[in-house]
This record gives sequence, C-alpha cells and structure tokens, in this order.
Amino acid sequence: MQEKLHEEINAFPTAKLSIEHVCKDFTTSSGPVRALDDVSLNINEGEFVCFVGPSGCGKSTLLNIIAGLEKPDSGMALIDGTPITGPGRDRMVMFQEHALFPWLDVIGNVMFGLKQKPNLTDKERLEVAKYYLFLVKMDRFAHSNIHELSGGMRQRVALARSLAPNPKILLMDEPFSALDAMTRERLYGDIQDVWEKRRKTIIFVTHNVREAVCLGNRVVLFSPHPGRIREQFPVSLPRPRNINNHDLADLSQEITSALKGYTAAESD
Amino acid sequence: MKRLTNSVCFFALLILAWAILTGDFAFLGMPESLWSPYVLPPPSTVAQYLWDNTANGKIPLSMLITLRRLLIGYLIGLILGVPLGMLAARFRCVNDTLGMLALGLQALPSVCWVPLACIWFGQTEAALLFVVIMGTLWSVLLSTQNGMKNVPPIYARAARTMGSGPLHTLIFVTLPASAPFVVSGMKQGWAFAWRSLMAAEIYVSVVSGFGIGQYLHYGRELQRMYQVIGVMFIIIAVGLLADKILFSPAEAWLHRRWGTGKE
Ligand SMILES: Nc1ncnc2c1ncn2[C@@H]1O[C@H](COP(=O)(O)OP(=O)(O)O)[C@@H](O)[C@H]1O
Ligand SMILES: [Mg+2]
Repeated sequence: MQEKLHEEINAFPTAKLSIEHVCKDFTTSSGPVRALDDVSLNINEGEFVCFVGPSGCGKSTLLNIIAGLEKPDSGMALIDGTPITGPGRDRMVMFQEHALFPWLDVIGNVMFGLKQKPNLTDKERLEVAKYYLFLVKMDRFAHSNIHELSGGMRQRVALARSLAPNPKILLMDEPFSALDAMTRERLYGDIQDVWEKRRKTIIFVTHNVREAVCLGNRVVLFSPHPGRIREQFPVSLPRPRNINNHDLADLSQEITSALKGYTAAESD
Repeated sequence: MKRLTNSVCFFALLILAWAILTGDFAFLGMPESLWSPYVLPPPSTVAQYLWDNTANGKIPLSMLITLRRLLIGYLIGLILGVPLGMLAARFRCVNDTLGMLALGLQALPSVCWVPLACIWFGQTEAALLFVVIMGTLWSVLLSTQNGMKNVPPIYARAARTMGSGPLHTLIFVTLPASAPFVVSGMKQGWAFAWRSLMAAEIYVSVVSGFGIGQYLHYGRELQRMYQVIGVMFIIIAVGLLADKILFSPAEAWLHRRWGTGKE
C-alpha cells in the first residue's frame, strides 16, 4: 500500500494544450456577444500561464472551453492532440467563489473528486487527501466545517480539492479576487510552491496584471469586444517571486500600458 | 436553564388554575367547580383516565396502531414525494403538470379527502393511509422541488469537473445541497400527516384497529370529556416528541454544518 501511495503522489502528469481558431458567441439580453474571436494558443507541458484582461474579454469562456464545460462554436481545443469533448479528471478547475460543498467537512470535500478516481482503496484516498491538505497547510482543519474557515483557508481547501485527483492541468479562474491583499500575498507564495512541487500545467485567469506577472511563466493579454488575444509576454524573473519586487513592477507597468493601448484604441 | 424553569413554572401554573377552577381543591375548602364535568372536567379525572387506560394497556395498544398508520403513510409520502420533487425541479414538463397539481392539492386540507377515501377504499386501513399520504406527499414534493431549484449552479459545475455524471451529481451534490429545504419539508409533511391522521381517525371508524383518534371520537359520543381531553394531551405529546426526537437533531446537524440558524 505504501508503494502505491508513493506512486500516486509522486506521479507528475502534465499535458500540452493547443487552442486552434476558437470562436464562441453568446446571445445576451442586449444582443449577440462575440466572447472569443479566432483565438489560438499553445501551452507547453508544465507551463504556468496567466490570462489577463479587463472583464468581458472571454478569459472565463476560454477556461470553461478547456475545462469542457462549454463547447466552442468553431475551432478546437486539444489536449496532447486529442480534442476536448467534455470535463475530465485530467483537468481540474478552481473557481472564483470557492464552490466547496457546505454539507461536507474539509476532508470530505477533498475526497469528493478522489472518490471518483478508480484503482485506489478508500484508505489510500484518505492518505492522499491528507497529503494535499498538508501541502496547502490545512491539515489541522481536516474536520472543520466550511463555514468556519476564512476566505483564504477556503481557497486553500479548494486548491487541495482540485490537486487531489492529480490532474494534468489546473485551471484557476480568478481564484484570489475575493480575498484581501495580505491573504493573497501568502497564497502567491503557496501556489508557486505547489507549482514547483507538483509541476502541473497551470492556467491562471486574473484581471490583475501584477498578480499575473508574479505567478506566470507567460502572460497572455486579452482585449474585449470581441474577445481576442493581443499580445504575449514571457516572464523569466527568478522564483519565488515577491509581488512587491521592482523588476516585477516594471514588467507589470509595461504590460499595463500595452493593455491601456488596446482598450483605448477600442473606445475610439 | 432559566428558560426551562420559566416554561415549567408557566405550565404548572396553568394546570393549577385549571385544577382550582374545576374544583379539584374543593376538599380544602376552595370553591366547587364552575362548570359541569361534561363541559370541563378537572385535571384529576383526566389524569386518572390516562393512568388507568395506560395500565390496562388500552392506550399503548391504540398508540401502536396509530403510530403504525402514521409511519407507513408518512414513509410512502416521503418515498413518493422526494423523487417526484426532484423530477419536478429537473424537468419543466413535470413542473408544469405534477408541480401545478401539487400546488393545488397542497391548498386542500387533507381531511377533505376522507369522504372520497371512504368510498374508494371502504372503512379500511387503506382509506386512512390514503389520507395520510395526501397530507404528506404534496408538501414534501414542493419543498424538495424548491430546495433543488435553490442550489447554486456552481456546485453542479464543480462536481462535473471532478468527474461526476448526471446521476452522481443529482444524488451526491444536488440532493445534499438542498437538504435544509428537504428536511424542513419533511418536518412540515410530518405535521400534516399527523393532523390528517387524527382527522381521519376521528371521522372514520375502522374495524381493523382502534386508533387514538377513535378514542377521542368515542369520548365525545359517550360524553366523557375527560377522555377527550386525555387523548388531546396524548396527541400533543406525540407531536412534540416526534419533533424533538426526529427533526431537532437533524436540524441541529444541518445548522452546525452549514453555519446557519440561531443562537
Ligand atoms: N453563459 C453566458 N451567456 C451569455 N453571455 C455570456 C455567457 N458567458 C459569458 N458571456 C459573455 O461573454 C463575454 C465574455 O465573458 P467572460 O468569458 O466571462 O469574460 P471574462 O471572464 O474575461 O470577464 C461577456 O461579454 C459575457 O457577457
Ligand atoms: Mg471571468
């Protein structure tokens, strides 16, 4: 059993992702909206990519397409060359609101996805769940109720829940935007730590440029109406990065002005 | 503790007043009863009645008969009501048909079914069960439906990304997520079931067993008001006990888990 656990925890599956000419339209009460307009993007195995842009530029829509929760109107999303047709255990999502289940305790939540993973006994699942709670520093709260946790603790548990089934790709949709600055800073450290330890492909959506530069190996800039990818910025600053670092601030500044350029051009 | 003392004192005073006004303390020189025992018997006769008939086994036996009817009818109501409520929440066509029917029939006090039930089933157990089921079913159905509709969609989305199929999501996500509504519906259903059964037992005599409500009915026929009041006490006690034993723990658990509720 020890060996199997070791194998489970020390497997580092990652995946390559390609988005090819994806378009997506929505009909809203105020008429049709082009959420994504001919979006193409390649993401390498184990890469940490951040999507940045003002709200309404299709970041969540693209993330949901990768998650398999939405289907593109045209174009394709592929994982390791296979088209995505629906949700799967190889891709886990962490939402803006924590989406933890209030009828389960902390460990019950982490177990939820694990329970649907075959080839493990319940005892092994419990061990795996404990390991991930430990990884996000929430092992002391395994039997707490969700409502007893602070916002930051909830997002840690949500992170453990999405890590536990050991997905190849972790999709995070503005996971920290409802948290205060102090909590967020601590989580920046934690998430970088997790990425180094677990070596996952991570796609992280945010509207905060600094956050994107602090976390990503690459920042992908979106602009709205219609939702398009405008520019991409590689980030090669050394890790662990501190959000208050000077070089980081300079790069953020550069990206922010680029972003302003695109949104200003649009409002003309 | 203080609140418990308050309650106990209040009820003790109430019974004391009743005892004084109905002449239970006349032997101490207090006034005789203001009313004839056919109008309001003193508590001592009521207590005597309850004591004698508990000792000779009549009340326990009728309680057994009544509780059996209640439980069976209630369980059938639940077993039908929860899944039908889930269907009504899930499918618009079920909502527009069965959901509307439930809405209409819920407005009908279930004792109104008694005349029809007697014609359809005769004076049998089935007639009583039918009335209990009519009392339970609709409110359980509606509250289950309401509960499922109030589940935030993000729970189902999260479950889907973790590999839950539609059935798994329904049973392990949507149903527990609506538990607070379902439990309060079950509680309301229980209250309706209890009321309808009492109404039906008072209304219909069934040869297959003498329920507690039938004692109340015969108490009236025989002008034994002490029997009527004694049985009323039993009916209150059963209602209260069920609430404390069955529903309070479930509600307390839900409040603890969800972080809702009072105090
Ligand atoms: N389910 C939906 N129905 C209708 N319109 C939608 C839906 N989802 C997104 N949209 C629209 O698509 C556009 C892009 O939305 P979204 O991907 O959520 O942007 P972002 O996450 O970048 O803020 C917005 O204009 C939004 O109104
Ligand atoms: Mg969004």
